[in-house]
Amino acid sequence: MTPTALIMMTIAILTVWGGLVAGIVNLAKHPEEEGNEPVPPVEL
Amino acid sequence: MTPPATQTTRREAFGSRNVFILSAIGSAVGLGNIWRFPYVAYEGGGGAFLIPYLCALLTAGIPLLFFDYAIGHRYRGSAPLAFRRMHRAAEPLGWWQVLICVVIAVYYAVIIAWSAMYTWFSAQLTWGKGNENDFFFVDFLQMGDVAEGGVSSDFVPQVGVPLIAVWLVVIVIMCLGVKRGIGAANMVLMPLLTVMFVVLVVQSLFLPGALDGLNAFFTPNWEALADPAVWASAYGHIFFSLSVAFGIMVTYSSYLKRKTDLTGSGLVVAFANSSFEILAGIGVFAALGFMAAAQGTEVAGVATSGIGLAFIAFPTIVSNAAGGSIIGVLFFGALVFAGVTSLISILEVIVAALQDKLGWSRISTTLVVSIPLAIISMALFSTTTALAVLDTADAFVNAFGIMAVAFLAVIVVAWVLHKLPALQEHLNGRSSFKIGMLWKLLVGVLAPIVLGYLLFSELKSKISEPYGGYPDWFIWVFGWGMVLVLIVGGVLLSLLPWSTKSRAKQDPDYDEFLEAEGHAPDPETGTLRTIGTEVGK
Repeated sequence: MTPTALIMMTIAILTVWGGLVAGIVNLAKHPEEEGNEPVPPVEL
Repeated sequence: MTPPATQTTRREAFGSRNVFILSAIGSAVGLGNIWRFPYVAYEGGGGAFLIPYLCALLTAGIPLLFFDYAIGHRYRGSAPLAFRRMHRAAEPLGWWQVLICVVIAVYYAVIIAWSAMYTWFSAQLTWGKGNENDFFFVDFLQMGDVAEGGVSSDFVPQVGVPLIAVWLVVIVIMCLGVKRGIGAANMVLMPLLTVMFVVLVVQSLFLPGALDGLNAFFTPNWEALADPAVWASAYGHIFFSLSVAFGIMVTYSSYLKRKTDLTGSGLVVAFANSSFEILAGIGVFAALGFMAAAQGTEVAGVATSGIGLAFIAFPTIVSNAAGGSIIGVLFFGALVFAGVTSLISILEVIVAALQDKLGWSRISTTLVVSIPLAIISMALFSTTTALAVLDTADAFVNAFGIMAVAFLAVIVVAWVLHKLPALQEHLNGRSSFKIGMLWKLLVGVLAPIVLGYLLFSELKSKISEPYGGYPDWFIWVFGWGMVLVLIVGGVLLSLLPWSTKSRAKQDPDYDEFLEAEGHAPDPETGTLRTIGTEVGK
């Protein structure tokens, strides 16, 4: 691969996959609240 | 005899936030990620396309995704009910979205059926080396000409039979409900899809010529950034890719618990969708690089998208590559899985809307929705003219269905009903990623400008010449006629009264939610509850 293409590929992967990792880390820091939620229905 | 299910039952819900996220990713990751994005990016400046793409993702895709989540979660209903609860006059927008999903569902299913057959064909190289093009159009589709014979009713069994199978599978998933059907299907299919795709990409990277393909894909053409059409295509792509604005995300978010991190979840969904697209771009262009090398031509000569990429270019790659059958099975298998998880989300928009409207149980509603859709799908798409109908319906419903309803929805919600501050407050009240003035500007100002521009350019191009060279009557029926029926149908459906059994009139869940959140009672459900209590005394 040419250096330019390689650089662009690295930037693309880092920004988009980095965004995904940051999103997952952020969610993990804010776990789901187990409040007084109504019980979902039993289906069928 | 068991009493008929009524709306006094609680609204269904996803098992957990993670199941919702996986299902929303399953909906967003569809055929477009695999067969559309790589070519759009390549055409739009290769590596340089990353800039308009990221801009579109951050300034339109994610804000509109939050917009949909906020509507579905705040008003806790399918698209028509959520818009009705926002304002009675906004209900037609919801039904319009439901009808768009009807059109998409009937043709989306047949692409999954083709992909399923091609998974099987790949294993045996049924098409015969060098015969990939003719095999698809002549042997497999038995394609007829609409200009000569009109819409055909000649049944093509190798398409019709797998199409029935696709419908049976999705009907079973839908009947099982949100948690045990949609949630469980995504929990199985999405990890499987990811693993299959990663293996496919790794295998493609080892093909001779793969690096030339990646060079073609990632080498930036900076001049492309000066072309407004490239920016428009980035916004158009992001918009379709994320499944925003046609009811899916509104419906899915209505199945979330009250205290769910909406924006935090949305960021994961949006970036996961884009991550998959980048992966698909790498896999597809590595394979195209091999194809170009095998044919002794440039990557530019073989680069293509859509049906041509999947059913002609990929079979050619499969025929020529060492271990081609494995590549074929993984590629077409991935299309099937990505397609099924998207199709069930499209169907859920329709099922949820009718469930809310009629107050019927999940199974009855699913069967009443799916069986007629399966019959229409069979009638139009298991015949020799399937491809022409599919191509036209797809082009028109995307441009004048999804894009038009999105344009109108952001204008109505932002500028007529002035609901953005309330939606912002709702999102911030439960989410980790806080949004502010910028979000309102992006949804209320940038989105209508971009969508308006895209809509206008689509209108100009579709009027200037007959789409796809099809006869005028054909484009009028399956193109313009179809999109007009969606709008008129949306208005007519919103005029039908909601019965006292419907969720618009009786929804203790929603009443409790409004009370817990400190909102005023709903004028419809709230009134009925008060009357009911008084009568009960």
